[in-house]
Amino acid sequence: MTWLRWVLLALVAALFGLFAWQLSQPKDEFVHSAMIGEPIPEFDLPAAVTERPGLSSANLADGQPKLLNIFASWCVPCRAEAPQLAQLEASGANIVAVAIRDRPEDVAAFLEAYGNPFSRIGKDDISAVQLSIGSSGVPETFVIDGQGVIRYQHIGDIRDSDIPKLLEELRKAGA
Amino acid sequence: MIAEFGLAALWLSAALAGLQLLAGFLGLRQSGSELSALVRPAAVTQALLCALSFGALLLLFARTDLSVALVAKNSHSDKPFIFKLAGAWGNHEGSMLLWVTVMALAGGLIAFLERRLPERTMLATLASQAFVGLGFYAFLLISSNPFERLVPAAAEGAGLNPLLQDIGLALHPPTLYFGYVGLSIAFSFAVGALLTRQVTPDFAKVMRPWVLGAWIFLTLGITAGSYWAYYELGWGGWWFWDPVENASLMPWLAATALLHSVSVLASRDALRAWTIMLGVVAFSMSMIGTFLVRSGILTSVHAFAVDPERGTFILVLLAIYIGGALALFAFRAGTIAEGERFSVLSREGALVVNNVALSAILGIVLLGTLYPLLTEAFDVRVSVGPPYFNPVGAIFFLPMLVVLAIGPLLRWRRDSFARIRLPVIAIAVVGSAVLLAGWLIAGIALMPLLGMSLAAAVAVGSFLPLRGRSLRRLPLPVWGMVIAHFGIAVALFGMAADTAFTREKLVAAQVGETARVGPWSVKLASVDPVAGPNWTALEARLLASYRGGGEHELKPQARSFWTPPQQTSESALLTRWNGQLYAVIGGEAEGGRWQLRLWWKPFVTWIWYGGVLIALGGFLALLGRLSGDLRRRSAQAKIAARRAPETVSEPVEVVA
Amino acid sequence: MSVRLILAALLLVFAGPVAAQDTLPPAPYAYRQLDDPALEAKAQALMETLRCLKCQSQSIADSDAPMAGDMRHQVRTRIAAGEDPEQVRAWLIERYGDYVSYKPEISATTWPLFAIPVALLALAVLIIVRRLRKAK
Repeated sequence: MTWLRWVLLALVAALFGLFAWQLSQPKDEFVHSAMIGEPIPEFDLPAAVTERPGLSSANLADGQPKLLNIFASWCVPCRAEAPQLAQLEASGANIVAVAIRDRPEDVAAFLEAYGNPFSRIGKDDISAVQLSIGSSGVPETFVIDGQGVIRYQHIGDIRDSDIPKLLEELRKAGA
Repeated sequence: MIAEFGLAALWLSAALAGLQLLAGFLGLRQSGSELSALVRPAAVTQALLCALSFGALLLLFARTDLSVALVAKNSHSDKPFIFKLAGAWGNHEGSMLLWVTVMALAGGLIAFLERRLPERTMLATLASQAFVGLGFYAFLLISSNPFERLVPAAAEGAGLNPLLQDIGLALHPPTLYFGYVGLSIAFSFAVGALLTRQVTPDFAKVMRPWVLGAWIFLTLGITAGSYWAYYELGWGGWWFWDPVENASLMPWLAATALLHSVSVLASRDALRAWTIMLGVVAFSMSMIGTFLVRSGILTSVHAFAVDPERGTFILVLLAIYIGGALALFAFRAGTIAEGERFSVLSREGALVVNNVALSAILGIVLLGTLYPLLTEAFDVRVSVGPPYFNPVGAIFFLPMLVVLAIGPLLRWRRDSFARIRLPVIAIAVVGSAVLLAGWLIAGIALMPLLGMSLAAAVAVGSFLPLRGRSLRRLPLPVWGMVIAHFGIAVALFGMAADTAFTREKLVAAQVGETARVGPWSVKLASVDPVAGPNWTALEARLLASYRGGGEHELKPQARSFWTPPQQTSESALLTRWNGQLYAVIGGEAEGGRWQLRLWWKPFVTWIWYGGVLIALGGFLALLGRLSGDLRRRSAQAKIAARRAPETVSEPVEVVA
Repeated sequence: MSVRLILAALLLVFAGPVAAQDTLPPAPYAYRQLDDPALEAKAQALMETLRCLKCQSQSIADSDAPMAGDMRHQVRTRIAAGEDPEQVRAWLIERYGDYVSYKPEISATTWPLFAIPVALLALAVLIIVRRLRKAK
């Protein structure tokens, strides 16, 4: 079966081609949500801090597109994106948030230190909402349109360079 | 000074590898060239220098010389001595130095010891070993210099990953390395034989002990790694089909197949081309595994900085060596006569089935490991795990086990079923009895049930070749085969029993409370802080009693290391002959309770006992082969002495 | 080498820098079994085949990462509520794609995973049969 040897050689060559191609590609470490284009699943979270109301899926389908920020006071990159969130808010974005696995006093201290751009903050102690929208870490920011449909997902902290894209997505969602 | 000395020794050994390649190549081109006399001394000197270089690195780590970048990055003066040494190979550069050292040592050893092969094959083999070695020297010296100085010297080291600070893990990588890299010898022998077209039973006999040696190390390394993951991960799992584990399993599968086909070649002069191909494939798998792990293209783990430049370097080496060897094979294999024929009902026939099945399993593991990489190229991400590997692998593994139980009973070349009818019936009866009992009485699930039934069949089958033979006169390699095959049965039984019978108990317990898991009752006696050399921990004292018997103490810990800051959980194990009680203390729960994780894992230890038996079988076979070789050598010397007594000035017996 | 990656995987189990760790107690069913052993066995079998998204190279049944705990809670409560394990798997795949499941399903992207072993089987039989014929 001499042909088998050549098949083997061809397979190995293809394998190396694949390796080389993969090496040249930047590795995408993120797990992307598969929920883009889907309506946000139903949920109703209690308030994470006293000065802001909690968050429910109904709040996200009130006709106005919003940014949904998934954050936590114990998450270091969440501190880094605070100025960018403030800037987004100043540009007219309505930002709501879900605090993941967090204590009210810690969230309050975090908002005290880094500012509070959020109009609502839900408290998610078991990552239930996070899991239901296909988010796999903090921070992440979703664009939700007025009908409560998930339009866009930004993974990781928001840098200055990400702001125009987020505003653009928000505009496309009908703002 | 030590670092400079080590680096100089490394450059010198690289230069010697160059000389070895050149001299070997020229010696092959013009037979009788004087240059060929240089090859063996070059290989031996290269091995010595490379070993010195590795010794220098060990010394630097032993002294915690913080003016060396690698030491500063991976060690710390507070660390226990043994883990300082282990730091030398617990990082990329040091482990690559170990890699080339093992390659050089293996090359040096064959140059020094091996006198039976035709000189041309020997030249080609050593040249090939030097050629492969050169690539790795270049990799080390150009992109991964372990001796790089740090100016100014660091005040203190960054520490070694706490998880590396475990004796099992400290010794596990060098063991695996001896296995991975030991296979380079088989690769070079195969390339040498392809170049000179001399594939003979003698060639197989020369190759066999080297394959055996590397295979023993691989077997031990994988067994130890599996046990380490089992007790260190803290969840009771012992095999995850993780890409890293698969990277060690694939060379083992190829080496196991090679081990069996090289025996066919040695005894029966058959399977020539197949043996050569497996020789190439086995070490290729070692290299591909190294590439997959080092380049970081497979696992998306963030913790280690992945260096695409290094990945590219290894990929180029891979393409040259694997591509080159396989191309050579494709061109030359046709010119190697196929060898002796045999009937399908024969020892060779059974070994062919074993080889084909092992190769198919290898193919499946490779496919499952690389498939996510392939789909990523099309922007689709998938995961392939145990629910794929277990059933798909079983398609080949289960029939292979049936053949394994029966194969050793068969004679070489041709046999009849009538001759082995009785033992085959015995094996079938035992297997079916276990199958029925497990199904009707214990109600075990299908996969573990099949595993147990086949384990029983293989256990019986492994000893049947001893029937009617004088145990005292039985050659060591036969003992080796019997024990290794029995080890497979033992390990398989352990796996099946663990899958079928494990009991798990998760509790949030208060001090004084008792939890039950399987036949055990476990009482949480106390939780106290304890301190180690570079960590502090919370230690639980558990009192465990088996079926109401005496109390045994277990002390699982939740450790916090501070250089670098990290938390680990140290499980506590209580071993009985029929299984292990596995205890982990997790975090603090509400109301002053503690999270405890308890498992009763019947016969789980048999997995690793089996692994050790397999390696022991290999060791006995190796011992038998080597002593056989020595006897033959002295006999030949005697014959030579009798033929030409006048030329021998001293009694040959003394020399031999 | 292999060690480095095992370690890397481990690092994530014990979840990286201590500073970036939440202090909340785990979800109720993260470290608690279901009372019904049959349901717990179902949940356990399922959890062993779901990927921990935080650790990337481990199942949620082998991980101390808080998110793995939250996923275990989801799995256990859904199984307890009478959902079929495959429904729970589908629920997660709907959110995270096939990546979250270690059990590849036959689909347009994964058929070679199943076709190639069949081809290997055919090839194995072919090789053995050819050997047999030649011997005669």
